[in-house]
Amino acid sequence: MSVTTAEVTTHVTTAADVRLTPTPPRQQKHHSVRRSRYLTNAAALVLAAVLVVWTLAPIYNMVMVALESKGDVFSDHIWPTKPALDSFRVVLTQSHWYLEHFWRQFGNSFYIGVMTTLLTLLIGSLTSFSIGRMRIRHGWLVSNVSLLTYVIPASFLAIPLYRIMQSYRLANNLWAIIAVEVTFATPYAIIVFQEFGRSIPLELDESARLDGASPLQLYLRIYLPLMAPALVAIGTYAFLLAWNEYLYQFLLLSSDNSMTVPVALARFLNSDVAPWNYMMATAIIYAVPPVALYYAFRSRMRAGLTMGGVKG
Amino acid sequence: MNSASAIDIGRPAIRREARWHAWRGELKGSEYTWALAFIVPYIAVFFVFVAYPVVYGLWMGSAASLYKELFSDPIYQSTVVNTALYLALAVNVKMVLALLLSGFFMRPGWWMQALLLIYVLPWAVPLQSGFISIHWMLNGEWGFLNNLLYTLFHIEGPSWLNQRWLALGSAIASHIWKQMPFWTVILLAGRMAIPLEIRETAKVDGATGLRSFVHITLPLIANLYLTCTLLSTIFTLGDFGTVYFITGGGPANLTHVLATLGIRNAFDLADPRLGVAAVMSALPLMIPLVIVLMRRLRTAEVQL
Repeated sequence: MSVTTAEVTTHVTTAADVRLTPTPPRQQKHHSVRRSRYLTNAAALVLAAVLVVWTLAPIYNMVMVALESKGDVFSDHIWPTKPALDSFRVVLTQSHWYLEHFWRQFGNSFYIGVMTTLLTLLIGSLTSFSIGRMRIRHGWLVSNVSLLTYVIPASFLAIPLYRIMQSYRLANNLWAIIAVEVTFATPYAIIVFQEFGRSIPLELDESARLDGASPLQLYLRIYLPLMAPALVAIGTYAFLLAWNEYLYQFLLLSSDNSMTVPVALARFLNSDVAPWNYMMATAIIYAVPPVALYYAFRSRMRAGLTMGGVKG
Repeated sequence: MNSASAIDIGRPAIRREARWHAWRGELKGSEYTWALAFIVPYIAVFFVFVAYPVVYGLWMGSAASLYKELFSDPIYQSTVVNTALYLALAVNVKMVLALLLSGFFMRPGWWMQALLLIYVLPWAVPLQSGFISIHWMLNGEWGFLNNLLYTLFHIEGPSWLNQRWLALGSAIASHIWKQMPFWTVILLAGRMAIPLEIRETAKVDGATGLRSFVHITLPLIANLYLTCTLLSTIFTLGDFGTVYFITGGGPANLTHVLATLGIRNAFDLADPRLGVAAVMSALPLMIPLVIVLMRRLRTAEVQL
């Protein structure tokens, strides 16, 4: 890792150089300076190459296997011998026994994602409006409760929650999953909304109240529109959270009709009959919505994340 | 409390009024009702899906005999070792690299921006997709990694997932692959927040390279780094997906961590209480972490 250390330590000066001193030709062509800059750039290129290989290897593997036909999966090539999009066709037309409910399962994943997003935004914004804008008494207690929930790992509550859902007869019901996702997404939403809400002056609310606006009108006409950037960031966060969730879906959804894509995908993970090319094609299709959403709203998400401090 | 009510006995209306006021704060009549109506959904969610399961879990795992059974289980003992290693390595390697790489990504230029776009891809790809791919990639016979090693260097790679330490190492590396981009972006934002004047002043004073990093950057983001590391520790402790997808706890149940062992005990062994006990045995680590984090996060919000 010595390369990285060198990189990091030199970069601070380089970045500062470029931004702060627009006219830097004070040390004209000193050989040592030029050579060290050259070496720094070379090291940066090497590091960049290592990062690209590290990052893309599993993704390349996914694409490569998806492009192969069944027999070629069990070979020692490092590129597809006869690349073909046949696996994608098989997945999308559900023409393999393993994938016969693909669209139904994709729809389930989507339904869970969208409902989680909407409910997280609704409950999170209402709560933060009540605490931050209306300043309800003991609101700080609720803030702390959400902070506490935020640092409890969801997987640690899986066993009791599973039994509770069973007793409510919510097994194989998508709403059991939505409830769980909303539970673990709202704390972060509340934290970020409150933080963001501080940038909106309270005087706005007060003057509207003098004009006779009810709290509901304040919430709908003033609060929500001004909170739009934070809503986009948290909406993306909630969707990605639901889309990345596996444990609860695996425990609670087992029927063909209620199953989601990842649960169906992982059924044959450790089996000898696993149709790897179809599984990889499914994995790629499943990755498209979150990747598209993430890159579309990346800058806003980053803004939201820094606003909330260090929340993940 | 009792004596206070005794004094107030003759004035119930005033007492009620006072208590009302203490609860409502500044809000008047209908406004208070609105505020309450807005906050009740979240409170309901909290009680039904957090407080109730927590209490239920504590009750399930309350019998001391469970822990005698748990601690004498050799699989549990190896799980504790795995969890300690997993936390120590996955968290610290990831965070140190993220800290260094966040500095690397401060370099100017369009190609650094392009590199960053590629670099955050593992974070955007759903973990199920990424980890299923890595799982097959590490297959000893047909996996991409061993094919690559053989093609490039004529090395016969090992069966990555069939040996305890290799499998655990693979899980740790996979965790780093997935989570490092997120923390890098957070730390990058932290570095960006350092005012340019500070760095400029330091540079005028002759602090460059390593000295600038140690004396300027590090003290300014040390707080953020520590909070991130603690938060990442607790998230990593609860990380079920990585070990589940990469090793499945195998070979021979030797690579479980507490999060996956709890599920295995509860569902594969059909012994939910033993599963809860496995998770609860992490409480001595969890509780101090939660307390420290709660304090830090409350103040960190103001700082950032």
